[in-house]
Order: sequence, then C-alpha cells, then structure tokens
Amino acid sequence: MKEVTASMAGTVLNVLVSEGESVSAGQAVLTLESMKMEIPIEAAAEGEVESVNVNVGDFVNEGDVLVVMK
Amino acid sequence: MLKTMNETLHEASSKVEAGGAEKYHEKLKAQNKLFVRKRLELLFDDDSYKIEDGKFANNQAEGLPADGVVTAIGKVNGQKVCVMANDSTVKAGSWGARTVEKIIRIQETAMRLKVPLFYLVDSAGARITDQIDMFPNRRGAGRIFYNQVKMSGMLPQVCILFGPSAAGGAYIPAFCDTVIMVDQNASMYLGSPRMAEKVIGEKVTLEEMGGARMHCSVSGCGDYLAATEEEAIESARGYLSYFPSNYKEKPHKEEGKLPVQGRSLSEIVPENQNVPFDMYEFIDGLIDEGSFYEMKKLFAPEIVTGFARIDGKAVGIVANQPKVKGGVLFVDSADKAAKFITLCDAFSIPLLFLADVPGFMIGTKVERAGIIRHGAKLIAAMSDVTVPKISVVVRKAYGAGLYAMAGPAFEPDCCIALPTAQIAVMGPEAAVNAVYSNKINEIEDPKERIKYVQEKHQEYKEHIDIYKLASEMIVDQIVSADDLRAELIDRFTAYESKEMIFSERKHPVYPV
Repeated sequence: MKEVTASMAGTVLNVLVSEGESVSAGQAVLTLESMKMEIPIEAAAEGEVESVNVNVGDFVNEGDVLVVMK
Repeated sequence: MLKTMNETLHEASSKVEAGGAEKYHEKLKAQNKLFVRKRLELLFDDDSYKIEDGKFANNQAEGLPADGVVTAIGKVNGQKVCVMANDSTVKAGSWGARTVEKIIRIQETAMRLKVPLFYLVDSAGARITDQIDMFPNRRGAGRIFYNQVKMSGMLPQVCILFGPSAAGGAYIPAFCDTVIMVDQNASMYLGSPRMAEKVIGEKVTLEEMGGARMHCSVSGCGDYLAATEEEAIESARGYLSYFPSNYKEKPHKEEGKLPVQGRSLSEIVPENQNVPFDMYEFIDGLIDEGSFYEMKKLFAPEIVTGFARIDGKAVGIVANQPKVKGGVLFVDSADKAAKFITLCDAFSIPLLFLADVPGFMIGTKVERAGIIRHGAKLIAAMSDVTVPKISVVVRKAYGAGLYAMAGPAFEPDCCIALPTAQIAVMGPEAAVNAVYSNKINEIEDPKERIKYVQEKHQEYKEHIDIYKLASEMIVDQIVSADDLRAELIDRFTAYESKEMIFSERKHPVYPV
C-alpha cells in the first residue's frame, strides 16, 4: 500500500483522480491551495487508486494521507 | 641468497599497497566497493603526480598497512589537492593513533599549501583498543574536527562517503563543504541501530536511521546521492571544477557554451502568479549547456541551489521552485540556501538569485519548528555576502521572500525585474482580504461582493505595477526573460572588480 501525503499544509482545491483509476509515477492526483498558490500533489509511484481520503475544501496538514494507492 | 636492500624496500612497499587480507578484498567486491588505491586513481588526473606520506605507518604491527588510511597529494582537473582516504580492508578502516596523526598531518599540509582537501571516508570509527592514544589527547581525533573548522572557508573541503562514518567519525562529513554519498553503502550516524536498541529501545534499520538516501533527502547531511562509487568520484571532480584552490583565489573561467535548445524563457513563465512552472527549465535556458551542478537536489526541493556557468564563468544559483510546495520557503529550504550562499561567498563564486516566492510558510507547524530563526539565518547569510550578487525577480516576490532572495534593501549589485515580476508585502488576494475583510463581509449580495473584491484586486495590482516600482527606482532594470542571459553576462562581467567589506567586527552572532 502506498500513500500520497500532503507536502505542506493547505486546503484541497480539486481532486484529479477517482477510486479504481490507474495512476502513473509523477502524475498529479490532486491540487492543494496554500499560501495562495496551487500546489500539485503527485504520486511517487504508479498504481491504482484505492481511496481518496479528502474532499474539496478540506484543510490538511503536512504529512496527512490524501490518497491511498494499491 | 640475501635480499638486497632495494628488494626489501620493494617488498615492504608492495605489501602496504596491497592493503588488508584477501578476505576483506572479497568483502569489498561483494559490497560493490572499490579498493582505496583504485578510488584515488579515479579521483586523480591520469598523468598527475601522487605523493604519499606515512605509507609505512604502523608497519611494525601485523596486518595494519598504512594504519588503514592513505594520505596523498595529487591533481584533480589540473588543480593540486590533498587527500585522506580510509582503507576499509584494514580493520574496517578504523582509526588508530597513527591513522589520526596521518589525517592531522595531511590537514596541516593542505593548510600550508592552501589547496582543497578531499576526505574519502569508509571507516568503522575509533579503534577502542587504541583509545588512550587517539581519542582524548591534543593530537587525537578531536584535532581533526578542530582543524576542519579552522579550514572551513579557507580551502574547499569535500567528502565522499563510501561506507559508514559512525559516532565521532560522522563529524568529518558534517564539517565538509559538501558530502557526496554512495547509495546503499554510505551511512552516517552517532549511534548504530544496535546501540539505539540497547540504549533507547528503538528498533530501526541502518538505512532508515542513517542511510545515504535518508541523509540526502530528509536530514540534509548529504548533498549528492550517487548510484555507484565511480559516479561519486566523478561528481566530486565536477564539483571542484567550480572552485578556486582557496579563499584568496578566484574560480577559473572556461570557454562559454550556448544554453540547451528549448522553449524561450518568456514562454516558460506563466503570467498567472498562482500557476506553477518548472524552474529547472528556466535555469537551463539561462546557463551554458550541461554546466549545472546541483547541491541537495533531493532535500527541500522547493528551493534550487547549484553551480553553473554563464558564458564560461562560474555562478552560484539560488532559485525558488514554484513546482514544489509553490516555491514557499520552509525551515529546511532556508537552511539549504543559507549554507549554499555561505559556500559561494567563501570561495568568490558570484551569486544569482531567481525569485518566484510567495513568502515564508506560515502555520503552527513551522512556527514551532522555528521558521523565524531559520529564515533569519538565510537572510543573514545572504546579507553579508561580498561577492557579486544579482537579484532577478522572475515573478512574485512577496513579504520576507523578497528579502531572502536578495531584494533591493540587501545591496544586490542590481535588482532586475522581468515583466512578470510582482513585488509586494503580500499577493493581491491576501492583501485585499487583509485590508477590506470587514467591508467585504458587509456586502450581502454575492455578485456585488465579487465585483467589489475584483475592483480592489485591480486597484492593488495597479498599485504594485512593476513600471511604477521601476519609476520609484525600486528595481534597477526591467528586462525581457529572453534577454536575461545577455544582461547577466554583461553585468557579471561589470561586477567582477567588486570589492567590499561588509561590516566591522570580530564576527556576527549567527541567528541559528
């Protein structure tokens, strides 16, 4: 199981993948908004999205799990 | 027949050169490691002289050739250097009394000759059996670190870490200007996993606790992660090519090359301040093709630090990376940039700042981690630089981000703005919120509210318009991204004769 975590504190701006979707390494899976910037969050390795743990508008802290991959 | 004296010498010499017992050489091979003398051969230029001292150290003892360390003088890219290199086939490269004395002597030689010193580290640490002779005394291991501190900024100190550097030994890399680590084999730790389990009850692997990848990406103790020993040595040679021999000299100039072919720089930078782009692509468009040597690539990647050549001349680049964490400055990014800036200034390498920074990170997490004092460290390092210092505002430079990136108040030789530059205490969205939040909340009709906010955004943008700032002489020049390289070539040439003394005092009290 691989987890995609928040690289910094911020708010979820949009979610770019859904459960069951195949993702390649380096692909952006969601965008955070932080410090008025759009922060793309990328998958470190390829895999299939098992779950998306956050919704648009959620506040997340650095290190929080955003997406779980299998 | 009796051996002649020359035969005796030859035999004794060959014995030393062979290093430790055969089984330890086998072990090296199994670990994908090279023998210490092979490493030196790769480090030095082909036709360079190799002068070795203390070759017969501890030859009266059995099985301790050269006492486990080779110390030599040779040449790297034609530049004279001193080297100490552990031999891990001899008692795992551990330090005995003569090992330490040899290291101290090569340090003293490097100081007298004012030439770079390489530390090729692969050592299990102190020989406990020898501790009274090598640990606490005046010329014991402590003197190695004392000398390193003394040499810091006097001459380049480069560490290539091939194996462990444990406990006290871990301070050799810590006091070097740069540490190149070989993935899987290099490690740095104060207490081994075995000790951690015994003393504090923690169960952890060596790789997790002190592995090369961890140090190059998490702790920041490593600067370059090499896949092989050959790559590590090649990287060290490349690193040194940007450096003069000591603080009194200037880096040498190479023949200039054009940048790599690619998109034009103005195409790369999006006008919308909030949209990320890749700073590497921008840097590639500015510098001589293939000339970028990056420091701490895997650590705090929201700021990019590295050496490059612009028209053949060495520069140190500090650039925000909007693609990672929005280019926001964090505790680690401040640390990383501060060390790099200090390194460039020590060895007369001019600095180029490329700013696209929303500011320092805010929030509980970073405040508790001391972002203010870490930010202060960066601003202090950047302030007391006396090498040529050029600040380019590529896009946004908000708040203390402007200060950290050598903004106008910090006496850069010039502050150049691209047409996309936006300099302000904060971005339009944040500023309008801060100033008009009561008023905005009072407007009940949502459409009216949006209209009001947009009007205020527009007003704010006009207020911080880059031509307005140029009119106030806040920036010295506005340049198209496509003309930036030519502008930098002219300016770095013009600023070559810069001479300044920053301040009068013994030394600053560092905000660490």
